[in-house]
Amino acid sequence: MILPSAYLVVGALLFGLGLCGVLVRRNALTAFMSVELMLNAANLTFLAFARHPLRGAPSLDGSAIAFFVIAVAAAEASVGLAVVIAVFRSRGTVEIDALRSLRH
Amino acid sequence: MEAAIARNLGSLGAFLPEIVLSAGVLALFLLDLVFRGEGRRGRLTWAFGIVLALAAAALAVTPSSPRGLFNGMVVQDGLGTFFKWLFLATAAYTAGIVVHSKEISRARLGEFYALLLAVLLGMDLMAVSGDLLMVYLSLELVSLVSYALAGFRKDDVRSAEASLKYVIYGGVASGIMLFGISYMYGLFGTTDLALLGPKIKAFSGEVFVAQTLGGATAAQLALVVAVMFVLAGVGYKMASVPWHMWCPDVYEGAPTPFTAFLSVGPKAAGFAVALRFFGVGFTEAAGGGLVNTATVPWPAIVGILAAITMTLGNITALGQTNLKRLLAYSSIAHAGYLLMGLAAASILGFQSVLVYLAVYLFMNLGAFLVVAIMAARTGGEDISAYRGLVRRAPFTAIAFTVFLFSLTGLPPLAGFTGKYLLFAALLQQGGSWYVALAIVGAINSAISLYYYLRIVKAMVLEPPAGAGGPIEVPRTYGALLAGSMAALLFFGLFWSPLYGASLRATQALFRG
Repeated sequence: MILPSAYLVVGALLFGLGLCGVLVRRNALTAFMSVELMLNAANLTFLAFARHPLRGAPSLDGSAIAFFVIAVAAAEASVGLAVVIAVFRSRGTVEIDALRSLRH
Repeated sequence: MEAAIARNLGSLGAFLPEIVLSAGVLALFLLDLVFRGEGRRGRLTWAFGIVLALAAAALAVTPSSPRGLFNGMVVQDGLGTFFKWLFLATAAYTAGIVVHSKEISRARLGEFYALLLAVLLGMDLMAVSGDLLMVYLSLELVSLVSYALAGFRKDDVRSAEASLKYVIYGGVASGIMLFGISYMYGLFGTTDLALLGPKIKAFSGEVFVAQTLGGATAAQLALVVAVMFVLAGVGYKMASVPWHMWCPDVYEGAPTPFTAFLSVGPKAAGFAVALRFFGVGFTEAAGGGLVNTATVPWPAIVGILAAITMTLGNITALGQTNLKRLLAYSSIAHAGYLLMGLAAASILGFQSVLVYLAVYLFMNLGAFLVVAIMAARTGGEDISAYRGLVRRAPFTAIAFTVFLFSLTGLPPLAGFTGKYLLFAALLQQGGSWYVALAIVGAINSAISLYYYLRIVKAMVLEPPAGAGGPIEVPRTYGALLAGSMAALLFFGLFWSPLYGASLRATQALFRG
């Protein structure tokens, strides 16, 4: 039997991994993958709490929210990748550090 | 099940403005294909204006008595209506800037208007979200379309770069927010804000929950972290520290009309969500004032953020020479001022945020309109392009001076009214902590005077750069400048209508 808290731990780890990925990796595509990781961590937490609520009976609310998040993540990825393509066409690179035409 | 469906269908009537906007988005995309030839620009603008007018008419006939729509997902109340009017005005003003803008080409104007309506729809939904899921979805609607609009000029390196930075920061912020929402859901078993309120109030007394999560301290910590995480998504929209990093780059790289829109619309929408989130979830009316029902010290958290945000915004703005960047840091500073009103956590505090946002609309859009005029006529966004402007375009220079003075908060302009109410809300709360925050705010206003005056000095005292001939300003722009100045003067002297509207909107939040 897997303890309910184990799901939360995995979720938190995934979230931390995603956040670190965005902060450390300088490639735009890797950054996007890391953002997806963060969204999936939130989904895992939603599902864990839906299946094993702190009180009361399991509810479907968390599962329903997960579906919405999956759809939003797909939309975000499509817009994001379109932007990456636009940047790649004009600059020839997707390294975030190479983007310096706007002053810091 | 049947009853829930009936409630959803019954809600449609009160959802008319949003339905009009949704239809408008589709209509604009279709009209974009229909309108060709010379009159295209004017006709598309008319179509956009008609959609806005229909939405305004729908908003005027929709009742604003407090009630939940779509089984609690959306809330209809005075606060939402106040913000919807604000957003409509912002969109209309933006259309006024776009008409003569060379940055939005004729071929892609229809697309621009359609996407702008989609952002408007998202902001409306943010203002009326009664559920954290709805908050997340509407925030993403605003974000996703904003990414596309920030990178609208695909051929421009700076535009594409701004868009990429916006997407990455935005993705992180909304991811953090979603994770926070997942913990709110876990702690309380619901994402409905109206249901969350009582549950958060009862939270500290619940031994059961505390034990499951490993002690009362851990449970409290989980709630504080969840609130901070939710604040990340909202703070990103407001451009408050520490989620402000995208702001200067995106403002500089995005097309100027959209930058103008971005600096007012989504920022106000972020505050709409914050007011509702903290107002409904964490406070309740008691004895004529507001009481923080949660053990989370959210007014302190918001207050510290406010102090850091305005200080960082103002200090960094001092060294800027690009006007769009300077106004970006100035808008960060204004997010800080606005957060002071939220930190006051009182009826007057909430009211002052609404009043300041309404005033901010006129002065900030006006300032960006001048930047758009100058970028189009002289091709310069740098402060040196503004030298001797008073001789080249006297009216524009005077208008810009009025906007800058109002942004500083000098009487008798409306910016003073807004700041006065923000400070009054803090001082009304009394404690030394609020007085300290007010002092930080006052020092910041003094700092901001320096960099605003630097622009005025360049316009008035310095000789024109280069050719220095007179600059022709289109009549639409002249009317917008005059209208904004009139509004700033009017609300600076007679602010009771605005005050009354904000009072009704705030009271609606606490009547339930």
